[in-house]
Amino acid sequence: MRSYLVRRLLAIIPTLLAVSVAIFLLLHAAPGGPMAVYANNPNVDPEDLKRLEASLGLHDPYPVQYVKWLGAMLTGNWGISYKYARPVGGILGDRLLATVQLVLASLVIASVVAIPVGVLGATTRPVTQRVIGSLSMLGVSIPTFWLGIVVLLIFSVRLRVLPSGGMATIGADFALTDRLWHLVGPAVVLATLEIAGWSRYLRSMLLEAMRQDYIQTARAKGLSEARVILLHALRNALLPLITLLGLQGGRLVGGAMITETVFSWPGMGRLLVESLAARDYPVLMASFMLMAVLVLAGNLAADLTYAVGDPRIRLD
Amino acid sequence: MAAGLDLAAPPSGVATATQRRGGRLRARLRHDPVAAASAAFLALVAMVAALAPVLSPHDPYGIVDRPLAPPGGSTALGTDDVGRDLVSRLIHASRVSLAVGVGAALLTVSIGTLVGSLAGFYGGRADLALSGLINLMLSIPTLPLALVISAFVEIDLPLLILVIGGVSWTGAARIVRAEVLSLREREFVVGGRALGATDRRLVARYILVNALPPIIVAATLQVATAILAESALSYLGYGIQPPVASWGNMLQNAQRYLRTAPALAVYPGLLISLTVVSINFLGDALRDALDPARRGAPDW
Repeated sequence: MRSYLVRRLLAIIPTLLAVSVAIFLLLHAAPGGPMAVYANNPNVDPEDLKRLEASLGLHDPYPVQYVKWLGAMLTGNWGISYKYARPVGGILGDRLLATVQLVLASLVIASVVAIPVGVLGATTRPVTQRVIGSLSMLGVSIPTFWLGIVVLLIFSVRLRVLPSGGMATIGADFALTDRLWHLVGPAVVLATLEIAGWSRYLRSMLLEAMRQDYIQTARAKGLSEARVILLHALRNALLPLITLLGLQGGRLVGGAMITETVFSWPGMGRLLVESLAARDYPVLMASFMLMAVLVLAGNLAADLTYAVGDPRIRLD
Repeated sequence: MAAGLDLAAPPSGVATATQRRGGRLRARLRHDPVAAASAAFLALVAMVAALAPVLSPHDPYGIVDRPLAPPGGSTALGTDDVGRDLVSRLIHASRVSLAVGVGAALLTVSIGTLVGSLAGFYGGRADLALSGLINLMLSIPTLPLALVISAFVEIDLPLLILVIGGVSWTGAARIVRAEVLSLREREFVVGGRALGATDRRLVARYILVNALPPIIVAATLQVATAILAESALSYLGYGIQPPVASWGNMLQNAQRYLRTAPALAVYPGLLISLTVVSINFLGDALRDALDPARRGAPDW
């Protein structure tokens, strides 16, 4: 187990290096380059721009710039945001915290809803199964931002029971109820896609498990159908779902982008959209590296959970 | 080799197999009202897109009334925030969605098939390198990546298709790779090799022909994914640029007028959802008809 962990962690390093090269090249190959914001500003003297570029090391060859940047990233010096004039690390920390709250809330909602829906989808009458199946298909087909807009239209504009966005009531002190009230809309919208996807997946896993011999055995022992399904089949069907959760947990941080934009939730995704508009290079590059780290960490966590949950799997 | 005497022809009766699958699809559509309705709706959207200039009551770029006018008179759904006819813009926007959906799906499947068959057929170092590329792509979230690329170029329709297709081929590549891996050692492929077929011929005429069903299903579902991606990028302002209408960019300003003109927010999203869900239902029906081995549980 430990040697497996070490090997997996070591294998992440070349992937991260490749990601960093790709991101570096992508952003530096972009027209205008890192100084586009200043170059497009008529009040900035071209001489000053030259000096600024030189002082930031932008006249160095690409490999030199890349190595300098990578070194700075590794030592925790992620630069100063052009837009916020604050260290990038601090901004990312704040934004990540907001995103994690949103993602965790949506994961909780998704698990609570998706598991019963998946079980019902596999075990009820065929007609009910079809209805659940069609609803879940609808769930994966509705664009997230539109679902968010509709939720705002109904619950915020018409019924006035939810806020119109943001993380807290402006001017108010922090209160848990206020935070939760702001969290409901975006978390439910973000969870919808997961519910639809997970319940479909869980259902097919459950039907697969129901065909196994040990289910026959459990039935032959005279267990009630509910016990057979909930204690025997579901337990084995849930395992792949745990993997899916790990795989998506990392990805959700990037995927929350649209939900955060619709609901003005100040998280990582919205930061990415804002930084893009402001051509805030230090923030953009650090965000992408952070998202890649989270995705890879999620993958690793998924594999490890799988090994812990399924004693048949041995990791060495 | 003379075209008339093709000794190394693929052994499976491709034509009859295709006919059989076509028959299964028709049978499925007859017995599955949801799939049939989906096919009908998509046909309708395609027809509206093709006949957009004839069908739309107004010029989609022309100002016909005051901004945010309510439905009535010559504007069945009212006007947008500039005063343009909402119906005409919705009709013209269907062209963008379908073009991006189909174009990006074709590109996705082409890249995926190329990468997947190279990796699966040659194995070894080629597989290692291409699988590494796939893993690299998978560790950068797709939508943010597409967003950054679109933000840095003068985005237009063909470029948008390139960007969406260029970031979303990994799924198709993995499907094709797995298919090629499972097919390449089969007797008929070995037989073809013994007859002196070139690698390219083996892949194209022996292996991929038999891997077509999952590829076709993936391509269909990819159309839906691409339409969703286009609408999201356009909503964020980095997709189709105004004044050209797309269902996604029509929603860009709609959030500001939720109170005064909710129709602006409702209809474009409704059309995206209906189109995407229809494609997904049809893709499921296709999977059942073309690819019975892979069919999961029935009736979903």
